[in-house]
Amino acid sequence: MATQATPAGGLRRLPAWPRRYLLAAVVAAWVLIWVFVQGRDTFQLGGAELTPLHVRINEGSEVIDNSRNDNPFFLYFINYIRLFLDESVTFVQALISRPSFGRPLPVVGWLGVVAFATAIALLWGNLRVALLTAIGFASFGLLGLWEESMDTLALTLAAVALSLLIGIPLGVWAGVNDRFNRLVTPLLDFMQTMPTFVYLAPLTLFFLIGPASATVATVIYAVPPAIRITAHGIREVRPATLEASASLGSTAWQSLRKVRLPLAKRTIIVGVNQTIMAALCMVTIAALIDAPGLGKTVVKALETLDVGSAFNAGLAIVVMAIVLDRVTSAAGRRVEIRHRAGRSRGPGRRRAEIGAVLAVTGVLAYLSHVYVWAAEFPSEANIGRYVRQGVDAATLWAQDNLAVYTGAFRNAVSYGLLNPFEALLTGSPWWLVGAVLIAFAAILSNVRVVLVTAVCVALLVGLGLWQDSMVTLASTLVATVLVMVLGVVVGVWMGRSDRVDQVVRPVLDAGQTMPPFVYLVPILGLFGATRITAIIAAVVYAAPVAVKLTADGIRGVAPSAVEAATAAGSSTWQLITKVQLPMARSALTLAASQGLIYVLAMVVVGGLVGAGALGYDVVAGFSQLQLRGKGLAAGVAIVVLGIMLERITRTAARRADAEAHGAR
Amino acid sequence: MTVSRIGRPRAMALLVATGLLVSACGGAKVGESDGGAAPAASSADGKKECGTVNIAINPWVGYEATAAVIAHVAEKDLGCSVTKKDLKEEIAWQGFATGEVDAIVENWAHDDLKKKYIEDQKVAVSAGSTGNKGVIGWYVPPWMAEKYPDITDWKNLNKYADLFKTSESGGKGQLLDGDPSFVTNDAALVKNLKLDYKVVYAGSEAALITGFRQAEKQKTPMLGYFYEPQWFLSEVKLVKVKLPEYTEGCDADAEKVACDYPLYDLDKIVSKKFADSGSPAYDLVKNFTWTNEDQNLVAKYISEDKMTAEEAAEKWVGDNPDKVKAWLPTS
Repeated sequence: MATQATPAGGLRRLPAWPRRYLLAAVVAAWVLIWVFVQGRDTFQLGGAELTPLHVRINEGSEVIDNSRNDNPFFLYFINYIRLFLDESVTFVQALISRPSFGRPLPVVGWLGVVAFATAIALLWGNLRVALLTAIGFASFGLLGLWEESMDTLALTLAAVALSLLIGIPLGVWAGVNDRFNRLVTPLLDFMQTMPTFVYLAPLTLFFLIGPASATVATVIYAVPPAIRITAHGIREVRPATLEASASLGSTAWQSLRKVRLPLAKRTIIVGVNQTIMAALCMVTIAALIDAPGLGKTVVKALETLDVGSAFNAGLAIVVMAIVLDRVTSAAGRRVEIRHRAGRSRGPGRRRAEIGAVLAVTGVLAYLSHVYVWAAEFPSEANIGRYVRQGVDAATLWAQDNLAVYTGAFRNAVSYGLLNPFEALLTGSPWWLVGAVLIAFAAILSNVRVVLVTAVCVALLVGLGLWQDSMVTLASTLVATVLVMVLGVVVGVWMGRSDRVDQVVRPVLDAGQTMPPFVYLVPILGLFGATRITAIIAAVVYAAPVAVKLTADGIRGVAPSAVEAATAAGSSTWQLITKVQLPMARSALTLAASQGLIYVLAMVVVGGLVGAGALGYDVVAGFSQLQLRGKGLAAGVAIVVLGIMLERITRTAARRADAEAHGAR
Repeated sequence: MTVSRIGRPRAMALLVATGLLVSACGGAKVGESDGGAAPAASSADGKKECGTVNIAINPWVGYEATAAVIAHVAEKDLGCSVTKKDLKEEIAWQGFATGEVDAIVENWAHDDLKKKYIEDQKVAVSAGSTGNKGVIGWYVPPWMAEKYPDITDWKNLNKYADLFKTSESGGKGQLLDGDPSFVTNDAALVKNLKLDYKVVYAGSEAALITGFRQAEKQKTPMLGYFYEPQWFLSEVKLVKVKLPEYTEGCDADAEKVACDYPLYDLDKIVSKKFADSGSPAYDLVKNFTWTNEDQNLVAKYISEDKMTAEEAAEKWVGDNPDKVKAWLPTS
């Protein structure tokens, strides 16, 4: 029994050794050449300097600006979309958040909304999530943010509905059609990695200022998961099942409708869940173009550095995310259970249940329509003030007492790791860095990725932002290393203990959904306006994904292997390092590559707190007319960096996985 | 002309809005009470109707203070309905072209935007000064000015460069700059004044203020770009560093600037359509002026006393009836 684990682990490590030497050799050669040629061909570009490409993009956008009012495409197409979107959001707002139809209050008051949400959670989920929903929704009022929360909910629901309307059909198409799938995948990558700031300002030119632009911005970011996951679900349906249905004489359409879609239903619900989460991520950023809701509160609080108020609103966003996440997950599980067990209860009983719930909800909604106490959340119940005061006090304490240590940490990481690495990257001629990247791709993955890497390097040079790209690359890689350290430490801890998992998971959820603008100010106070601040912010955002994936990987290690190692007398340390981590290696590589993408998503936020480089270029392009072209180029450069790094790590992971399996 | 053409649906909305307003004036119907404003009083004088005014709110507190006071007076004294839109500067200017914004009530120079929207597209016009003087410059926290009195002259900055070294400044002293939308010549200044400093871009106002706040509290050195009027100056009295004096045209060539920033006359920009509408709100915006002290006070109500912008405006307006009276249309 004991021998089962060890030789497998030993074999698995064998092929990795020579590759590790090769990588080390490449790095050594790089440093050696750098010593002689540093400072040559590094493409310096000053803050306000533009390349001809940037100027041309500026001119191009100018042309669009000027033709917008004469072009029938705008007059008859875009304008109607805008009207439709504005109306949809305003309609939902009229129902739940704004005074409407001549009433001083919305149609459905707080009690009705809480009842509706709870009923939905109960009917599609279970009693537990229904309880969570009731408490969560009530807490919006308790935090003193009822109206703002409902605005956010209205915008999110409109954007999610639209995303699903577009995303699910496209996802089904991508699921059944390989060519369309290949075509759409890079486009989705692009949509998810392109920083929102880049298209936020142009969007307002198309869809004007207001809910429509905010909805479109949200949809651009939230539709990719809907498409991807739907396609994945359709694809996952086993060929045998399809053959069976085909042999029974089903047409392609019938087998899609009767076999593939029902079987993919659970996966599609996962897609819905991811779409909602992505939409909520946009709440604060969309506030910059006057999107209503909690994001506004966060952005306003940031103006006066009012951490307490920002946190209070951020907390409401987190609560909303957690409630929506748990309800959709529970709905997904319900579908699966029903699918496995067949219909266990009679339809009659279910119908009675639905009737009862709806009746109660209807009564509560009516009360909230008629009586002020049930329509307007009682302001005496507002505990938001205490939350604000508590957070303010905690922030103040941390800044007063921890700044010495955090400053020391900042200097250690900056001088010891970041500065030398950045000097190496930015000081090397572009062809040297390019060659190193291509060599890495060659060693770690395959010929196709080598080609992709070469193209990406060429694009980075062509975009005219080589220097800034290298600064960003340095910070990104350092942040990813920190993410992985956290990911492994916490992930192993969580993976080995269910109790730890239960405590830590909500914290991770909060880290992912809390708008970065909220924790920027405290981190700024601790680390100053530096690249490290940006790195820490990125780690807060990216570490949860890495931790979760690692924990899942650790939990996925076969219990027999763990038992075997324990029986053979392994210590806990040995068990972790010799059995669990090696066996979870593919999960770890996935965690690293996802962590990297999440870090890149924070590059622009980093630009707001002293990271400079590409993030700053994007923010500058958002704020200054003549830098618009450069900002767009910087956005594309971030996407290019993302694609390059993701391709290398993903194929490396796949190769490692294949080798591990081959060894078995 | 450009405005009216994209404005097909817009015109409809306007029609509906005016319709509502007219009916509200004709005697309040049940359920159409419009926030309790009393438009009847102003229409009794035979003045023009005000309608809806869209004011852009740029993201800094001083701006919000100005906008809140104008909005308060427009609503209470003129019976307008004011829509505030939270927007960054460039997007707010775009709003002139698309008809979504009527007024920007505190504008810092932005010659490129003026050229594009006022001169080229002719969709906006200037509505004169706000009375606020914009000061831009280099500042140090008060404790430094006290400990090193001669630090407030640029000639001595090189002597202290070592103090300002950080992990970001590559061995030189650090000069921290803020949001990319701010007017800055700092990179050129450092070069042309032969200072041993590197400009580090913090990227946001929040980063600048947090930096100065920590610097004063922890007694750490900091040199940074800052400006007034600004609410933060009522919390920490930053000290301005003297740069070579500004003379007319010394900043003409952006590459060769070696002088201080000029005193900015902050102004108001309105859409052409709004200016031509004859709305009393336009007269209000045009007549509005006050001082840096006025704005800082309202900004302080908002940022430190945690009042809402509306409460702060109401308090200030209540305390300064004479100033407000001077802004009102006199027809």
